[in-house]
Amino acid sequence: MSYKAKFKVWRGEGGEGKLEDFTVEVNEGEVVLDIIHRLQATQAPDLAVRWNCKAGKCGSCSMEINGKPRLGCMTRMSTFEEDETITVTPMRTFPVIKDLVTDVSYNYQKAREVPSFTPPSGVKPGEYRMKQVDVERSQEFRKCIECFMCNNVCHVIRDHEENKTNFSGPRFLMRIAELDMHPYDVADRQDAAQEEHGLGYCNITKCCTEVCPEHIKITDNALIPMKERVVDRKYDPLVWLGNKIFKRSSSNSK
Amino acid sequence: MTQTTPEAPVRRQRAQVKVRTLRTDRWWLVPLVTFFGLSSFLVYGVWAIIDNSIFVDPYIAPFASPCLAAVTCPEGAQLFGWAPIGDWYTLSPGLLILALPGGFRLTCYYYRKSYYRSFWLSPPACAVQEPHGKYTGERRFPLIMQNIHRYFFYAAIVIGLILAYDAVLAVVHKPLGLGSWILIANAVLINAYTLSCHSCRHITAGRLNHFSRHPLRYRAWTFVSKLNAKHQPLAWASMFSVMGADLYVRLVAKGIIAFPYA
Repeated sequence: MSYKAKFKVWRGEGGEGKLEDFTVEVNEGEVVLDIIHRLQATQAPDLAVRWNCKAGKCGSCSMEINGKPRLGCMTRMSTFEEDETITVTPMRTFPVIKDLVTDVSYNYQKAREVPSFTPPSGVKPGEYRMKQVDVERSQEFRKCIECFMCNNVCHVIRDHEENKTNFSGPRFLMRIAELDMHPYDVADRQDAAQEEHGLGYCNITKCCTEVCPEHIKITDNALIPMKERVVDRKYDPLVWLGNKIFKRSSSNSK
Repeated sequence: MTQTTPEAPVRRQRAQVKVRTLRTDRWWLVPLVTFFGLSSFLVYGVWAIIDNSIFVDPYIAPFASPCLAAVTCPEGAQLFGWAPIGDWYTLSPGLLILALPGGFRLTCYYYRKSYYRSFWLSPPACAVQEPHGKYTGERRFPLIMQNIHRYFFYAAIVIGLILAYDAVLAVVHKPLGLGSWILIANAVLINAYTLSCHSCRHITAGRLNHFSRHPLRYRAWTFVSKLNAKHQPLAWASMFSVMGADLYVRLVAKGIIAFPYA
């Protein structure tokens, strides 16, 4: 069954712009991205939106729908009332290129700052032998589709642009946790997580977990375990003493 | 519309949305309810410290256990008859131990989320702009002290065991008493909350990278992880159970509740 829905869509180049009103047809089974495409086809041919798979797996169509970070392709129109006005804006944390398309290069910059997987020097590719229980914890984090909605919703940078320099956001702190938990990674991640990537900024208010379309438990399974590892390294005198007495030092010995 | 180049300063701007949030749901409801829930615990805690009706044989109010004072702990309330705090101390016995369970909850990862959101509005809800001009997180004093959570966890384990001992003792002495079973329910919830702690999860095996080398610790971690997934409901349930059990014992001690199987 079709009906006419009221939409407010952010239009503008760069940060300047405004919400424009549209009335547009909605059909049964459609998602918000379908409606944005209908607007492009019928009323606003120059409306810019980034999209690709329409299946919730590419992470391209991240936007804010009625103020909540959502994937446009995974937000069903049936979740709204027919007389409800639906507001669609670009992700607020990143600079706008045009309309709903943001410049997410902050995330690529932060990704480059995380040193890649570092195996022990004596082990060559093909020689890694790991048990499933040792790797399955970090496999959860590999479900990430890099929609960057966790970084977008994180108030540390969403409400404080100045923190972007020192804070990598939940996406890349999760990447650091993934590597730190990896049985074959020997790089020292814990000091860097706290000092270079700003783990201490996180006040574990769990918005990253709430918006994750892959339902990754970012806070409980990555950020808090990483905070506890940092406590081991920097703030717990008993662990420090134990490491001295039992000569534990490298992550590989754990 | 003004055309800009990729290098133009305007291209470095976020969308200039002038409102704190565009959310249309009742995002304020959860922080509001949390605010009143946590405030009720604080108000009750202050009252419980002032109130002296902490013991009626065989029940001891959880807020006052272990009772360590020689003067202000009634006979029978002291743990194994042990009173390490001498005659000089004449204040409420609850004051002596308040810092341990209080500190455990104050530094708990779940409670941090709840009070950062509901009291400090940092942020009040997801995608709702916080009112503060500056944010430094848990990197500086005093919030860097949240990192001592695991030490409060060690203390909470001891307190939890003592509350379980109190409850078992009450059941042994008064198996048909409603209070005995209220104390048992409280002890179960308190200990479940304590064991579901993120620091507990880390200590059991979370800090390891090779679970396969430590099968027993891995099994413990798996168990704690299941409990940990319920940390939030356990935090609330144990908070209300400890308040309820404490109030019940005090009302019995005051004679306000006086039916035969109280």
